[in-house]
Amino acid sequence: MKFSLFALARQAIGGAPWPAQWRDPEPRASYDTVIVGAGGHGLATAYYLAKEHGIRDIAVLDKGWLGGGNTGRNTTIIRSNYLRDESAAIYEHSLKLWETLSSTLNYNTMYSPRGVLMLAHNEHDVRVFRRHVHANRAQGIDNEWLTPEQAKAFCPPLYIGADARYPVLGAALQRRGGVARHDAVAWGYARAASAMGVDIVQNCAVTGIARGPDGAVTGVETTRGAIATKRIGVVAAGHTSVLMAMAGVRMPLESFPLQALVSEPVKPIMPCVVMSNSVHAYISQSDKGELVIGAGTDAYTSYSQAGGLHIAAHTLEAICEMFPSFRRLRMLRNWGGIVDTTPDRSPIIGPTPVPGLFVNCGWGTGGFKATPGSGHVFAATIARGEPHPIAAPFGLDRFRTGRPIDEAAAAAVSH
Amino acid sequence: MLLIPCPWCGPRPENEFHYGGEAGIVRPPDPAALDDAAWGDFLYMRSNPKGLHRERWRHQYGCGRFFNATRDTVTDRIAGTQKP
Repeated sequence: MKFSLFALARQAIGGAPWPAQWRDPEPRASYDTVIVGAGGHGLATAYYLAKEHGIRDIAVLDKGWLGGGNTGRNTTIIRSNYLRDESAAIYEHSLKLWETLSSTLNYNTMYSPRGVLMLAHNEHDVRVFRRHVHANRAQGIDNEWLTPEQAKAFCPPLYIGADARYPVLGAALQRRGGVARHDAVAWGYARAASAMGVDIVQNCAVTGIARGPDGAVTGVETTRGAIATKRIGVVAAGHTSVLMAMAGVRMPLESFPLQALVSEPVKPIMPCVVMSNSVHAYISQSDKGELVIGAGTDAYTSYSQAGGLHIAAHTLEAICEMFPSFRRLRMLRNWGGIVDTTPDRSPIIGPTPVPGLFVNCGWGTGGFKATPGSGHVFAATIARGEPHPIAAPFGLDRFRTGRPIDEAAAAAVSH
Repeated sequence: MLLIPCPWCGPRPENEFHYGGEAGIVRPPDPAALDDAAWGDFLYMRSNPKGLHRERWRHQYGCGRFFNATRDTVTDRIAGTQKP
């Protein structure tokens, strides 16, 4: 059913209960294409395969429930002010899709371009961010340099006094950046993909990848039976290495726990997103009123979806220094997600040495913002069997050819 | 925070240590003899297992020495540490 004012009014006067928004099918014995991972990126991939490439015989498999991994665990920050042209192109492609996503999906993703402010605390930060501002201007992407006073005017709770523990020397602001509702993105893509015939099979863990005599994939083994297919797209974030090992492919990935926290809900106080590279802290306010805080990664690789408390404590200490008025807030809960990081902090999108096996991974600590763009270019890559032009620089072979896309300085977390 | 048993100093808190990544990755003695794929494997490819992981640590703010540990990456439990 389509959401509209009319549909809302009909429900309000006592229609039947809202129907389930996607089907919950049993897996069939074979599909044209299997996507492994029903997070935002995997569901978006299936949606664009069905919508733009006419491939509707698709299963999206997930070992848990859809959107229950990093899609439901991130701090929902959206921006496109990356340094390298290749990165700017893919993140800007994504940002443009965000701008119309709610109407495209007929589902409110609550995209809110409230501005992303990146604080410079030392001379190095100042130089790096100003370089970003200049690079972004050349790329046609909005990003501007603010003085400490301008940053304070844009974000009043921010403390910019000369005695600050983390002095604010300036900030880069992308006004089109912002946040969206993470669950709604997964649900919106799931609903739209399911309506076009895509089977989303939850609680179905992939346990093996079957290959024929020529080495090409022939199917997947799952906890709910074998499924034959000629194309597999692995979109499994932190578990990508584990899945790719089933096909004998080693990946340039390490998985780390990344933490986030939310405070008790308060009235609107935080008008924008603030990111601080030097102290590993991001903060914004959800529409429910909770302050949503992103912390750093643990030092060691791990699949435990809980990071060390000292990592979160370090971030909270910094938040309290930068925003003194938040000191009395209590934290409601914290959690971790497993992020897959690459050596150059850029994603990997494209074919693999195994025929029929495609991978979309390595988004590290910043994958949420890329959800629509990632799914869009990965769908084109799977459908055509060759990389979409925007995805082409992000191929797995760049770690052999020596063409990394170094974004280490662009991320807010030293992952 | 992990409690890491340094093979020289005994159990110490994690923030005295520096993580060194996967153990057993040896720099090829003659890099020029390798093709690009083999050199890329050495530089970038990692096992990243879900389960037991052999890894390097350095007791940076203690004895300063390197050692190897075996840790379960699901529970973070350290099964043992060995002197190099």
